[in-house]
Amino acid sequence: MIIEISNFGIHLALTLGQKAPIAAICVGICCGLLGCFVVLRRVALLGDAISHAVFPGVVAGFMWSDERNPWIIFLCALLAGLLGVIVVRAIVSSTKLKSDAALGIVLASFFAIGIFWNSTQQFVGVNSFLFGDLTTISDDDLWLMLGSTLIVSVLIFLFLRPFRVLSFDEGFAIGLGYPVKLLNGLFFGLLAFSVVVALQAVGVILVSAMLITPAATAYLLTDRIQKMMGLSVLLGIIAALGGWLIANLDVRFQSGPMITLVAAFIFALTYFLAPRHGVLSKFLRHSGMKSRVHRENTLKAIYRIIESDGFKAAGVGVEQLAEVRKLSFEQVSKDGQQLVRNGEASWEEGKSAIYLTSPGWRRAAEIVRNHRLWELYLTDQADYAADHVHEDAEKIEHILGADTVRKLERDLNFPEFDPHGKPIPSLEATLQIERAIGKQEETGY
Amino acid sequence: MIALETHDLTVTYHKRPVLYGVDVEIEAGSLVGIIGPNGAGKSTLIKSIMGVVPSSGGWVKVFGKPLQENLHRVGYVPQRESVDWDFPVTVMDVALMGTYGKLGLFGRVGKREKIIASEALDKVGMLPYAKRQIGNLSGGQQQRVFLARALAQDSDLYFMDEPFTGVDAATESAIITLLKEMRENGKTVIVVHHDLQTASDYFDHLLLLNMRLVAYGKTAEMYTTDLLQKTYGGRLTILDEVAERAAKIPAASHDIS
Repeated sequence: MIIEISNFGIHLALTLGQKAPIAAICVGICCGLLGCFVVLRRVALLGDAISHAVFPGVVAGFMWSDERNPWIIFLCALLAGLLGVIVVRAIVSSTKLKSDAALGIVLASFFAIGIFWNSTQQFVGVNSFLFGDLTTISDDDLWLMLGSTLIVSVLIFLFLRPFRVLSFDEGFAIGLGYPVKLLNGLFFGLLAFSVVVALQAVGVILVSAMLITPAATAYLLTDRIQKMMGLSVLLGIIAALGGWLIANLDVRFQSGPMITLVAAFIFALTYFLAPRHGVLSKFLRHSGMKSRVHRENTLKAIYRIIESDGFKAAGVGVEQLAEVRKLSFEQVSKDGQQLVRNGEASWEEGKSAIYLTSPGWRRAAEIVRNHRLWELYLTDQADYAADHVHEDAEKIEHILGADTVRKLERDLNFPEFDPHGKPIPSLEATLQIERAIGKQEETGY
Repeated sequence: MIALETHDLTVTYHKRPVLYGVDVEIEAGSLVGIIGPNGAGKSTLIKSIMGVVPSSGGWVKVFGKPLQENLHRVGYVPQRESVDWDFPVTVMDVALMGTYGKLGLFGRVGKREKIIASEALDKVGMLPYAKRQIGNLSGGQQQRVFLARALAQDSDLYFMDEPFTGVDAATESAIITLLKEMRENGKTVIVVHHDLQTASDYFDHLLLLNMRLVAYGKTAEMYTTDLLQKTYGGRLTILDEVAERAAKIPAASHDIS
């Protein structure tokens, strides 16, 4: 063991040649390409069913070939997989069962046939097809995988456009005169092909992970199909190579689970960290929005206090603010400091009072303006009752853009008062008050 | 010239007939509304004509030939809900699909195709959105993209499945203007429609359907109590509903306290 790890590179070069990594790359390409369409067409379960359905074919291949002839195994597995698809289609078209039930039946029963058959014969090497083992790949295996990958890639490239239309809108594809049945047959054939290629690397049970996970990860990262396919292939290769490398660290590790885990790990990373659809960035955006709303509500409360005071004072006491905001003294102090950090207020420790700066004042007036304009719009143009509009305006005030506000002002003919009779602070009025308050501040409040 | 002829077109679903022996002949240059209650088989009719659902009997001729021979002269606009709008393609990609029919399976998309698709998008006011992923559009915008795809097909006969469902008022009027313009240009447009109220303004011919062809003819001649009763069953439920709705239209209330 220890010697194996210490002589990692030599060990790989001597015992495996370059076969395993090349095989891993083949699997990444095949599954990555096909996987995109599997995910987009929502037939992920079908990939799983095919991978299980090929197993009796693998056992048959072992039985009918003298010493594990890969070509015969490949052929038998492929035929078994296609037979599985045909049985699924037959069940769906002749009964009221939907495809998920049919797939479940085929998946389990085909797999059971394979397991049962194998248990009666006990072939050496079948296990590597169950859980995947890149170390047992022979020269013939490798040629087979290379050839298959080439065929899959070329066909996908040739039929990219029809496949794309078919995946997006089958009805329209029929209307275009595409041979839809033939194309579907080709697609499922290629799918079975890729499954068989990936068998040796990841094994029957986990093939669907290679088909689905890299493509699904790519889907989270982009909304262009070409990019999705490229990324899917890249991630598939990374997962296959990474999994193989990890599996080499310890003889007890098998490549199938390791490859699957690497793929799942990449998916998890993407799930949390993807720039647009990731959970973390969504959370950050959301909490950024939340803290902005909170800050703006504080500004608005300060504005209201100053307004109720007749715009005489330039600042408000923290205690007074706490009362209006219905929050604790500590919380409001923290909010005040937040405003200070944002350059929207200044803070006088001795008086425990908050003074708005110029930008703070303008922002506060803007929020109040948004709120009152929106209330007026709802009562005037959308026929809301005046006592129903406050809640809605509390939300809308934070998201109205400058353009919408200008439009609202024009539509409402530059109104002066909101439905509750409070003045809507126009831009000019705001600046005037700001100057007046500024003077007070200079002369000493 | 006859744009569409169906003879004894019958569709069964799990051995239950959903459409019985539809015989109809539609003149080229007509703007036709297919009208009928829910479950009347309106969408099924155009899907079976297009071969999207298999028909169990009868035949379809388009411009005097079997559909398959004249498929390039036919455009189909499926229901907006029938596709996954999260699909990773752009507005331009979808419009380009309209040109695929003439390209065959392997033809390359070139400059010509891109110009056709751009013009089609421009016509429905969606050119500024060409590079957007289709999921980031409103329902009305999505319908316009579907229409642009149909325009890019440059067909002579169009089937449209509920193009007015779930679109805003501006899109609805834009679509009907476009459809009327297509008719002026000699196109035949057949539209599945569920709103009896607007049907009289929109279409010059109506096809009344309720699992069978009730009647087909000029719009004005279709609005008889007898025919509508046959279409909508014993009671004119829709008319009742409309009357009720009309009665409910309130005088603008300003109960602001």
